[in-house]
Amino acid sequence: MGRIVLNNVTKSFGETQVIPPLDLTIEDGEFAVFVGPSGCGKSTLLRMIAGLEELTSGQIEIDGEDVTQVPPSKRGLAMVFQSYALYPHMTVRKNIAFPLRMEGMDQSEIDKKVEAAAKSLNLTDYLDRKPAALSGGQRQRVAIGRAIVRNPSAFLFDEPLSNLDAALRVGMRLEISEMHESMKTTMIYVTHDQVEAMTMADKIVVLQAGVIEQVGTPLELYHTPRNVFVAGFIGSPKMNIFSGSEAKKLGAYTAGIRPEHIDIDLSGGTWKGTVGVAEHLGSDTFVHVHDTGLGDLVTVRIAGDVAVKHGDTIYLTPQMDKIHKFDEQGLRV
Amino acid sequence: MAIVSTNSNISRYGRPVLAWGVALLFFFPIFWMVLTSFKTDADAVKPEFLIWFTPTLDNYLNLTENYDYWRFATNSVITSVCATLFTLVVGIPAAYAMAFNPSRATKDILMWMLSTKMLPAAAVLYPMIFLAKGIGLYDTHVLVITVVSLINLPIAIWMLFTYFKEIPKDIIEAGKMDGVSTWGEVKEILIPLAWGGIASTALLIFIFCWNEAYWTVRLTTIDAATLSKLIEGNRAPEGLFFGRLSAVSTAAVGPIVVLGWFCQKQLVQGLTFGAVK
Repeated sequence: MGRIVLNNVTKSFGETQVIPPLDLTIEDGEFAVFVGPSGCGKSTLLRMIAGLEELTSGQIEIDGEDVTQVPPSKRGLAMVFQSYALYPHMTVRKNIAFPLRMEGMDQSEIDKKVEAAAKSLNLTDYLDRKPAALSGGQRQRVAIGRAIVRNPSAFLFDEPLSNLDAALRVGMRLEISEMHESMKTTMIYVTHDQVEAMTMADKIVVLQAGVIEQVGTPLELYHTPRNVFVAGFIGSPKMNIFSGSEAKKLGAYTAGIRPEHIDIDLSGGTWKGTVGVAEHLGSDTFVHVHDTGLGDLVTVRIAGDVAVKHGDTIYLTPQMDKIHKFDEQGLRV
Repeated sequence: MAIVSTNSNISRYGRPVLAWGVALLFFFPIFWMVLTSFKTDADAVKPEFLIWFTPTLDNYLNLTENYDYWRFATNSVITSVCATLFTLVVGIPAAYAMAFNPSRATKDILMWMLSTKMLPAAAVLYPMIFLAKGIGLYDTHVLVITVVSLINLPIAIWMLFTYFKEIPKDIIEAGKMDGVSTWGEVKEILIPLAWGGIASTALLIFIFCWNEAYWTVRLTTIDAATLSKLIEGNRAPEGLFFGRLSAVSTAAVGPIVVLGWFCQKQLVQGLTFGAVK
């Protein structure tokens, strides 16, 4: 079990309030991702759930029990840190066994659990090494192993992949997702990478300046962003957002269209522009278009390869049913 | 070209010569002291016997036979060991608290502790002596150990604080998540990780305690007197007997020089702490 409820939670550092009153429920077995730009309070929120950061006011419940004043280790949660936070003076075996030893578990029981965790994480051959003799990915696995053996009611991940290189990151992302599929344990995952959020989450919580901008499934956020911030933050490449006369024509104060929802043509269309850079990825082509009258640079994503180059004049036509409209407050119309 | 080669000659030969010169200059008094300790008092004051003389062990034999060297040495060991342990027992938790749970006052407290080192010792000499006599602790181990610990505590806390600061906070927090108690954090995580730093702090404090003279000379007469007192005692009443004085001094600094020699690595680390990061 691991249903986590935040009631009217706030956090201030001195005079500055980093988290204004906030309510959130994470259901048992859910993979929730906190995403937002750096400094949005997502890590602070996670640390408050972990018990590493005190609440200024409000209440946190885990499985119906108020844990606001309960110390971190008694909350039944396990945390994986960005820096891995392994104990450098202990071997992998001792690292993984550490929380069990602190619980006062029987040595034979500890050995059994450590062996099982090591096996599931492909760490068996490294059990007697110290963390310094491991690669980044292996260290991350040890950190996960140390969390798994405790059999927690929820896992907390604080940007666990940001220290890994791109290829490893994709691999670990899949491993964590599979781990969630097989264990069905609640997971809360903090990241600033919206691709991680989109690919892993059951539920995404988008934060900005300590305020929840939207909570929803990845596709809800993609298709119906509640406001301009979420629209711009979710999706890669970013949504093209514009205001002014072109938006007014569409009946909105601000309007947005995703790069993949714009068609291009060389002879005619809604907006005329000049190609700045065309990025050919093979599977897709990202075309960045200047001087469309929409203000900023417009990005278009075309499936496959298209033969456009710098300086070409092209016409863009948005798919009208895919246009997002927002009012003066930036809220979805 | 000529200039370049002259420059490189200077740096090739000049710097080592300069370095050796400075080193010898600093080393000379010690060398002279050790040499003099093997001379008779009569030879010691004669310049013609500066280097060439007939060595004698009389001064050292005299030391153990007539001056009760071992009692002073034992007191020095007791004082230094106990004071170092006491300093660490108080210093480690204090530095731990300030490094990992700092409050708004932490910086001020650190500065305040350091400021006590700026107080001239002479300013509190008489109050200390009256106080010590008043509570009946004058010339006791308890008094000497307490005073020597307390005057070294600020340095110990500063050094330990600097070492502890280098331990990533995440590791301590991981410990908290894994269910270690506060004492467990210190025992299982902090001490093993900061072992090098703690060792060099201990070593340096031990040396400071061993060499401490101002207070040990003034707060003791016989019972708790350390080697510093022995040296001091050989200076004043009977005039200057260089041979004997040198033997006493050599025997007093000898142990600490040997200790320092074996622990050079830790000492250098300790003396340059915080220099790089």
